[in-house]
Amino acid sequence: MNGTTDKDEFDLIIKPRQSMLSIDFKGLWRYRDLLMLFVKRDFVATYKQTVLGPLWFLIQPILTTVTFYIIGSIANIPTDGIPPVLFYMAGIILWNYYADCLTKTSETFTANAAIFGKVYFPRLIVPVSIVVSNFVRFSIQFVLFLAFWLYFYFFKGAVLHMNTVALLFPVLLLLMAGHGLAMGIIISSLTTKYRDLKFLVTFGVQLLMYATPVIYPLSSVSDKYKGLMLLNPMASIIECFKYGFLGVGFFSPAYLLYSLISLILILFIGVVLFNKIEKSFMDTI
Amino acid sequence: MSDTIIKVEGLGKQYRLGQIGTGALSHDINRAWHLLRGKEDPYLKVGEVNDRTMKGGSDLVWALKDINFDVKRGEAIGIIGKNGAGKSTLLKILSQITSPTVGEIKVKGRIAALLEVGTGFHPELTGRENIFLNGAILGMTKAEIRRKLDEIIAFSGVEKYVDTPAKRYSSGMMVRLGFAVAAHLEPEILIVDEVLAVGDAEFQKKAIGKMKEVSEAGERTVLFVSHNMASVKSLCSKGIVLSNGSISFSGGVDESVNAYLKDGNDEGMTEYKVLSDDRSAVSAEVEVVSVGIKAHGKEYGDSMRMDEELELTVTYNKKKKGFRLDSTIQVKDNSGNYLFVCTTASADAETNENAEGLMENKLLLPKNFFNADTFYINLLMVIDERAVAVKLNDVLSFTIMNKQLKIGAWMGKGVAPLKPDFKWEITKK
Ligand SMILES: Nc1ncnc2c1ncn2[C@@H]1O[C@H](COP(=O)(O)OP(=O)(O)OP(=O)(O)O)[C@@H](O)[C@H]1O
Ligand SMILES: [Mg+2]
Repeated sequence: MNGTTDKDEFDLIIKPRQSMLSIDFKGLWRYRDLLMLFVKRDFVATYKQTVLGPLWFLIQPILTTVTFYIIGSIANIPTDGIPPVLFYMAGIILWNYYADCLTKTSETFTANAAIFGKVYFPRLIVPVSIVVSNFVRFSIQFVLFLAFWLYFYFFKGAVLHMNTVALLFPVLLLLMAGHGLAMGIIISSLTTKYRDLKFLVTFGVQLLMYATPVIYPLSSVSDKYKGLMLLNPMASIIECFKYGFLGVGFFSPAYLLYSLISLILILFIGVVLFNKIEKSFMDTI
Repeated sequence: MSDTIIKVEGLGKQYRLGQIGTGALSHDINRAWHLLRGKEDPYLKVGEVNDRTMKGGSDLVWALKDINFDVKRGEAIGIIGKNGAGKSTLLKILSQITSPTVGEIKVKGRIAALLEVGTGFHPELTGRENIFLNGAILGMTKAEIRRKLDEIIAFSGVEKYVDTPAKRYSSGMMVRLGFAVAAHLEPEILIVDEVLAVGDAEFQKKAIGKMKEVSEAGERTVLFVSHNMASVKSLCSKGIVLSNGSISFSGGVDESVNAYLKDGNDEGMTEYKVLSDDRSAVSAEVEVVSVGIKAHGKEYGDSMRMDEELELTVTYNKKKKGFRLDSTIQVKDNSGNYLFVCTTASADAETNENAEGLMENKLLLPKNFFNADTFYINLLMVIDERAVAVKLNDVLSFTIMNKQLKIGAWMGKGVAPLKPDFKWEITKK
């Protein structure tokens, strides 16, 4: 065996710094079983620790909807002529998906320090598994939403103009998941350096919700602030969902495109930061 | 075929010591604000300035430097060296947990690293579910695990409990289950770092046996770090000795073990002061400050004779009240065999639990007990007679001299490392 052919046979080369931009798709694919097991672990661990178990996935959005229903009727917040319960629920389940993806992935490094210090697997598996397990949760809640939708449509005679924009639903989901993931991994990378950022995340996400047309329609916002509000990529996503399923809201392909472009940008920053921290994190904790 | 499966070239790893950022955004801003106004860094520890100048103003250390070696398929290599020599660092780079600063490693085939058993076990999941999770974390696919499930369960010896949540397991059962999974990995290269330090004797035997079986089949390559020279010798055919981050010897396992022990012998570490940046001596509950052994009434570094009483002192900082903290020393002979252990567990319980702050435990070893030989000591700080908070392997080494005080005077080595002066009764019948 001579040296040159020998060299080609090595299938792993460990070097100081690999490219900051590369995503190890091959590795992610090889560890797909681990991804699904993490998803399963999240579920089993959550519902084994509570009495009501998986029912919480339904109780939570219902309780939040009720809360906003009460607040909304006291404060007289408009819902564009849509039954408030349906309007709030649409906003809440969407926002929760985004918010959960963001807050959970933002803990990637700090929550998994023990595992990361002992075994190597593509670290991106963890945030991706979080997005997937939240997707399962979201699906359950979405079925709940559809049930409410049918109830209001057939039994309450609500005027709900569901239209073809609803077909964009999968795209909206991807955009939302992507934004949650991208922001989450950025924050996860920053929290390795600044631990106290962790406490700001939940608070920040809450604030962001009020700055996004989740529990009020964009139409109720004065024109002066509308443009500002639409700078938030989540705004047009949620409005688009409401437009498709409820027939009211703001649908603009241009702003969806803006959401997509900003997603690519944020994801780019996220991946660079994540790759950088992934390499140095174990040396600094 | 003896082809090269791992090729390490010019490998080096640099660590930054001291604080890397303060860990709090507010602190960093505050620090920047102070420095901006030309004031002193408010988060610099007292004494740190001096330390820095002593170290030549540099807070970067090379944990590994200029490491070159090749590993051939089917070889079992023992990596030995003192605390902080860089063994774990080398394995962590090999297993991709951390990346090197310079150099390159080329690897053929799949690596599985066992730096801990049962990584990722979740207390709410059952034993069976944990087997799948842990296996997948170690790189197995679901299908692979399913295929070996029965074997893994049988090997672990916890059949009855596989459908019970892991939180109901004893810690020993967890270790068994974790090792059972790891033992059924089928990587081309297996990396093991002192995982055998946990678990009972029976388990250790089983584990070593399994690893031996694996490497003797010739297909699997094993890299094994241990402070237990006996297990290194029984498992490995070759050895690499690391000292201060460089390879000081490599070759056959017997020569390597000898080189390592001789290395320690020359220096004779009779006093060990823990450096402020040594993480291995610190846990959440305790911080070991120094360990030393000397002849009674003499200084550290002075010779120790068979007919002198010895004083072993452990100084440590107990950070909290409310738990029992015991010092245990394990004394080993020249070849790494354990001779005896000695623990403070029999000492008064109440004062121990209420103690806090800087403490000193002193052990008196009687005269005429050790034979003239070299000995090694491990120190363990044990919490509530259960958990090991700190373990310092080979923290001390010392040589006992013959009564004549001249090493050369008595040729040859005693047959036994201990020569206690037990009482004989001599009567004429
Ligand atoms: N994350 C880190 N940051 C700074 N220094 C580190 C870090 N990890 C290890 N070191 C230092 O690198 C050196 C080598 O450490 P390493 O853990 O590889 O030693 P070791 O040979 O495994 O020792 P032991 O026998 O105690 O396990 C030590 O001086 C240690 O203090
Ligand atoms: Mg080590």
